[in-house]
Amino acid sequence: MARTALLGRLDWQLGEVAELVPQTPRVASLVLDVPDWPGHLAGQHVDVRLTADDGYQAQRSYSIGSAPEDPHLEITVERLEDGEVSPYLVGEVRKGDKVELRGPIGGYFVWTAGDKRPLLLVAGGSGIVPLMSMIRHREHTGSSNPTRLLYSSRSYDDIIYRDELERLAAGGNGLAVAHTLTRMHPQDWRGYARRIDADMLAEVGWPKAEMPAVFVCGPTPMVESVASTLVDMGYDPATIKTERFGATGG
Amino acid sequence: MSFISRGFRGKRRDVATSSRVPPGQHVVDDFPVLSAGPTPRIPVSEWKFVVEGEIDQPRSWTWDEFRKLPAEQVTKDIHCVTKWTKLDTPWKGVSVDTILEGVETAAEYVMAFSYGGYTTNLPLEDLTGGKAWVAYEFDGQPLHPEHGGPARLLVPHLYFWKSAKWVQGLRLVNEDQPGFWESNGYNMYGDPWREQRYWGD
Repeated sequence: MARTALLGRLDWQLGEVAELVPQTPRVASLVLDVPDWPGHLAGQHVDVRLTADDGYQAQRSYSIGSAPEDPHLEITVERLEDGEVSPYLVGEVRKGDKVELRGPIGGYFVWTAGDKRPLLLVAGGSGIVPLMSMIRHREHTGSSNPTRLLYSSRSYDDIIYRDELERLAAGGNGLAVAHTLTRMHPQDWRGYARRIDADMLAEVGWPKAEMPAVFVCGPTPMVESVASTLVDMGYDPATIKTERFGATGG
Repeated sequence: MSFISRGFRGKRRDVATSSRVPPGQHVVDDFPVLSAGPTPRIPVSEWKFVVEGEIDQPRSWTWDEFRKLPAEQVTKDIHCVTKWTKLDTPWKGVSVDTILEGVETAAEYVMAFSYGGYTTNLPLEDLTGGKAWVAYEFDGQPLHPEHGGPARLLVPHLYFWKSAKWVQGLRLVNEDQPGFWESNGYNMYGDPWREQRYWGD
């Protein structure tokens, strides 16, 4: 469905904010009702365009967090104080507002439940969003594909989708979630408390002989480090797909 | 203008340079990194650059040979399809005109290909006439692997995914075939001034 949709022109369309879900002090999910949404694959993104009353426009790209099967389109946005679009989406936008968007975009950083390789997902901060689409897609399709998520956040309060991830991991269908907190952690914290390194990837990830499909998404230094560590550990570079955020997503 | 975003004013940081910023882009000061997989590490001792395809005598250079070709210093604005524009970026490299000097070919297109498997397609005429370089220095320093080093293609008048990182060679071809991103939803040509981001734009 998304493939054929991509063949035509991606026209701008309006989505209505059906719900705003605070995720962390700086991150919120916008649940959008997009009547003519052509469908998407887990991992794709959308372009959002804002227009001021004098015609000034600004565009940014945001990963889609909802599964292809979800009735609404969800984007999850981190508010960057120096940003232009994100402080509007997280701060100004209210339920019932309309947002102009077009998509889905990107045909490479995608996963479908038909892929039976074990899955290793590595997220940093809001890099969890396209991986959450994959996890939700996996859940919707009843897949029990062995899947491990290693998710790095600054602190416990910065973990996006925390409750939902906990619930899905407790579901007993082959999803394991490991967290690491890089700046602050609660006193009784039992997860990792350092940046992702080779030891952590060896403990959480799959042996390379299992030929997992690997998706890494987060800030550039984290993605660079994780991807090159996995290559050094012997993973086939062709099985590692990355998506990187600069500091200037805005 | 059909739709107005209620309450949106924007930052308008780009006003002074707005004539240099294509539609939908915004100016950044840093140099974001975007690539689809791990960064390939290519020792210059193993690096080679080739021109092949519709050409009588394929050409190739080792790193040392390539560095002896006449180089140019150019300062260009670059535009990434992910919406950032970086102004006045300083590069040093070899003009594709120099690389193709004296080549006779009926080919009208080029598939640039890279270490790590990346490809991107361009019309040959977009690589010639002082419009494209194979760059190995950025801001006076050897080009960092994250940004495509040892050498990358530099085609600043098109979206920056056309400026293939870790470039290994140019294949001269008769037909325009989609490269990596062009097979994954992105435009065959990629003119930022016509906002040709995706298929159908």
